[in-house]
Amino acid sequence: MASLGIDVLFKGTNFLRLLQGLWVSIEISLIAVVLSIVLGLLVGMLMTVENKLLKVILKIYLETVRIMPQMVLLFIVYFGTTRVFGWDMSAESSAIFVFTFWGTAEMGDLVRGSIKSIPNIQFESAFALGMDKIQTYLYIILPQTVRRLIPLSINLITRMIKTTSLVMMIGIVEVLKVAQQIIEANRKVSPNAAFGVFAVVFLLYFLVCWPISRLSVYLEKRWA
Amino acid sequence: MKNTIVKKLTTSLLATSLITASFTACGSSDNTSSDTSATAESASSESSDSSAPFRTLDEIKESGTINIGVFSDKSPFGYVDENGEYAGYDVYFAERIGEDLGVEINYVSTEAANRIEYLQTGKVDIILANFTVTEERAEEVDFALPYMNVALGVISPDDAVIESLDDIGADNQVIVISGTTAETYLTKNYPDIKLQKYDAYAEAKTAFENGNGVAWANDNTEVIAFSIENEGYTVGIPSLGDQDTIAPAVTKGNESLLNWLNEEIESLGTENFFHADYEATLLDTYGADYEDTLVVEQ
Repeated sequence: MASLGIDVLFKGTNFLRLLQGLWVSIEISLIAVVLSIVLGLLVGMLMTVENKLLKVILKIYLETVRIMPQMVLLFIVYFGTTRVFGWDMSAESSAIFVFTFWGTAEMGDLVRGSIKSIPNIQFESAFALGMDKIQTYLYIILPQTVRRLIPLSINLITRMIKTTSLVMMIGIVEVLKVAQQIIEANRKVSPNAAFGVFAVVFLLYFLVCWPISRLSVYLEKRWA
Repeated sequence: MKNTIVKKLTTSLLATSLITASFTACGSSDNTSSDTSATAESASSESSDSSAPFRTLDEIKESGTINIGVFSDKSPFGYVDENGEYAGYDVYFAERIGEDLGVEINYVSTEAANRIEYLQTGKVDIILANFTVTEERAEEVDFALPYMNVALGVISPDDAVIESLDDIGADNQVIVISGTTAETYLTKNYPDIKLQKYDAYAEAKTAFENGNGVAWANDNTEVIAFSIENEGYTVGIPSLGDQDTIAPAVTKGNESLLNWLNEEIESLGTENFFHADYEATLLDTYGADYEDTLVVEQ
């Protein structure tokens, strides 16, 4: 075990720091994911509305998110807003904003795709039964959409969790940064620590993402 | 079909223009902010510079905390030890700054790529992150007096030490890592020396150990550390080329803090503070022989 350098994790408070770093990652991604799901459902429904202006605006929004690397977005929000408007947004709120901005756009597009995939006859039948638009969405369309959304959104959610490692660029010390700090501080005494420490980080990310993917399997089976 | 293509083109054009707009917005605000700080300088210090992107010395003292940007994973200059405390050559100096200013220190973990951004937005007051002074950077931030030297170094095996670049024969090759200052410097100033280029540190190291080249040129801190960790190699040329320096940096135009820092570095020089710093933090990595090569006192 010593050759893998896992022992460096048990020096001082190293392991505790790694877990604190993990909590920072989870906190940011959890808030952003919850906000993205709620806002994404709304944006996705708006995307299906036949209105030219709305379509153009949402298209620009989606394309912006698609084109811009998350790192650039983080820099623009954290440093750019201070330069242009003089706002002093904290690094954490900038990160949550960027991840929600990204998640909402992608989630919205997934929702749009799922709604579009529902056959027109479902709408027509609902209207024929005398339901209004809101009732149709609430009782007929959305329940079917959510079922189709699950596997798609799980991909997005786990991707968001893993991408939180970028927040180190705006000074937030999260799990991967702590890992780098531990490896570098022990570069002389255990030069192979990188392997062991990153293996543990891999395990930690797995422990976070795996329950989410199990949940999706459960939900898919239950609603199938 | 044609219609959709046109639509797509317009959307992507719109998106790009939006992005460029946001970038130019950043750029232009950059100019205005440096303008305002310039006027703030020329005007008296009492004029309210609430628009200035930095905190003056008095504002820092009043708040009781100073934000110092350091590396958190660049041992032995700035790193976090096993108890979660910041440590290293830069941090040793930062601690002293906090002590002499009588304020608490809030360390901000910075990366090489965002050091200038942090200063220009005033999110940190001082950067102490192994920041090499260059002309391009000096246009963006203000450097205080230097506290360390960096240059290139050349390491070679003990049995054939190269003490001058003239010792290198026409058929001999020198190992460099692509993209480093060593490569640029040798290509520019010694075009006759044959270079063997490697992309990564580990590859260059293996090649050098296997004797693929007569010498290895890199940052002197790197080759000195290598010679101390590995038996049988000598740094024949410990300081080659343009002598660069490492200095603290503050936001452009932050005169009060800059002046205070310069006075502080001068007064620390009288007590040989940076030699003590070297002995406390760098001695294990670089040994006692290179203390005067690396440390600068005012």
